[in-house]
Amino acid sequence: MSIRGRVAIVGVGETAYYKHGRARESEFALALRAILSACEDAGIDPRQVDGFASYSNDRNDPSRLAAALGLPELRFSNMQWGGGGGGGSAAVGNAAAAVAAGYADCVVVFRALAQGQFQRFGSAPPGGTVSGEAALTFPYGLISPAQRFAMRVMRFMHEHGVRPEAQRPIALASYHHAQSNPRAVMHGRPLSAEAYDASRFIVEPFRLYDCCMENDGAAALVLVSAERARDLRRPAAYLLGVAQGSEYRNAARGHNAPTYASASFTTVAPHLWEMAGLGAKDVDVVQSYENFTGGVLMSLVEHGFFAPEEANEFLTFDNLIAPRGRLPLNTSGGNLAECYMHGLELQIEAVRQLRGQSTSQVEDARVGLVISGPMVTPVSSMLLGTEDTL
Amino acid sequence: MPRPVPEADQLDAPYWEGTRGGELRVQRCRGCRGFQWGPEWICHRCLAFDLEWVAVAPRGRIYSWERAWHPVHPALRDHGPYVVVLVELPEAGHVRMIGNLIGDPMQEVTIGASVAAVFEPHDDATPAFTLVQWKG
Repeated sequence: MSIRGRVAIVGVGETAYYKHGRARESEFALALRAILSACEDAGIDPRQVDGFASYSNDRNDPSRLAAALGLPELRFSNMQWGGGGGGGSAAVGNAAAAVAAGYADCVVVFRALAQGQFQRFGSAPPGGTVSGEAALTFPYGLISPAQRFAMRVMRFMHEHGVRPEAQRPIALASYHHAQSNPRAVMHGRPLSAEAYDASRFIVEPFRLYDCCMENDGAAALVLVSAERARDLRRPAAYLLGVAQGSEYRNAARGHNAPTYASASFTTVAPHLWEMAGLGAKDVDVVQSYENFTGGVLMSLVEHGFFAPEEANEFLTFDNLIAPRGRLPLNTSGGNLAECYMHGLELQIEAVRQLRGQSTSQVEDARVGLVISGPMVTPVSSMLLGTEDTL
Repeated sequence: MPRPVPEADQLDAPYWEGTRGGELRVQRCRGCRGFQWGPEWICHRCLAFDLEWVAVAPRGRIYSWERAWHPVHPALRDHGPYVVVLVELPEAGHVRMIGNLIGDPMQEVTIGASVAAVFEPHDDATPAFTLVQWKG
């Protein structure tokens, strides 16, 4: 038994996306607006929502959401463990499991961030003492996510002969797609290969444009059973598979994971393919969480799109862009150029591709993959399909 | 603005005590004799809660590295780039440790190169502590 084909995403919505600190409303208000927008898109009265799922310690408590929205009852509230964007697909999977199990009928997956109201991710809290795992790394200036993950990417590049320049097309493709997406924070701000090459290092091997933005906004998706989705009579995206987790001792403290040169998907991805009954060759379009481009590279390897030794050749701009690249990637602009909505904008884009509503539409897209949160643990990924893939 | 000060907790205090005396300590299981690092309450191999702290050879090999440029912490403003290394200890079960590579921040760094530990005391901090740095 699996979730395949039993649950569908029937609505997606987001607020306007802002540079970090620029949202004029509170994070909670942003969350409410995204949820209402997704319900409207689904053609569902918001009072039919009876569950919520999120990830990465989202601050907007489902019980407060249910009270604010006047929901008749709350039947499911769920938080996926783990930080970063690793929970983006898992949260959808958890919501879908609740629908399939009968815990709830209509579950909203959401994420909201107002980094002006709260602490940014990319800068450390100043001063003070650190203990536990942080004591082993912070005093050496290994503090931020970029610094934590550059170490893994550098080892991966060493083991497989991957050149740092292999990261460049990933950034260029995201910026290219953002130019046709009016929602994108970087819409109207194209990125050239020359500007990429001239950008400063944040931490080698990551240049400025290898790193995600930080933004304010909120995003939401509405899930119902496949039967109910058909009654709604509008195009839906059906969940074909979802998997979460990480390898043996991935979280061993102080960078002691045995499978160190990994995006954490080496055990997760095979479960995903098995559940869906599909392989990399069946995927029409990929949304892959970019905390850092090197993590995207490793994620694509671990999902079977190319061998690590092929990365230098496979990762070209032409291969990664819609509509006709071999592997159209991050077609809304993603975390690099649409919005760092902690990856949930990628789930939304995957749905839009299958509905034929993307601003960088892949022709006849039927199967979409979303990869969430490389190099953290747990990570997750999911496959969506149109109705005719069931 | 001072750098972040490491504070020992119940689990890792013997490590930090060791560095103050110029000794590099890791955990070793009294049952299966396996080394373990970072510190944990249980041996991940045999699941015994019977770990001791042993001094190990203060030398290793560079397993990975990075050169950090962007000052993410106020203490790093106007600091310039610096090199962080992940060092594996072949004589202690290949456990890995994070530290800085001493010397020119623009030096060429080679994965696999041999390095030796350098104990760097910070006696004026509260609490006083000693970091373990690495030198080629």
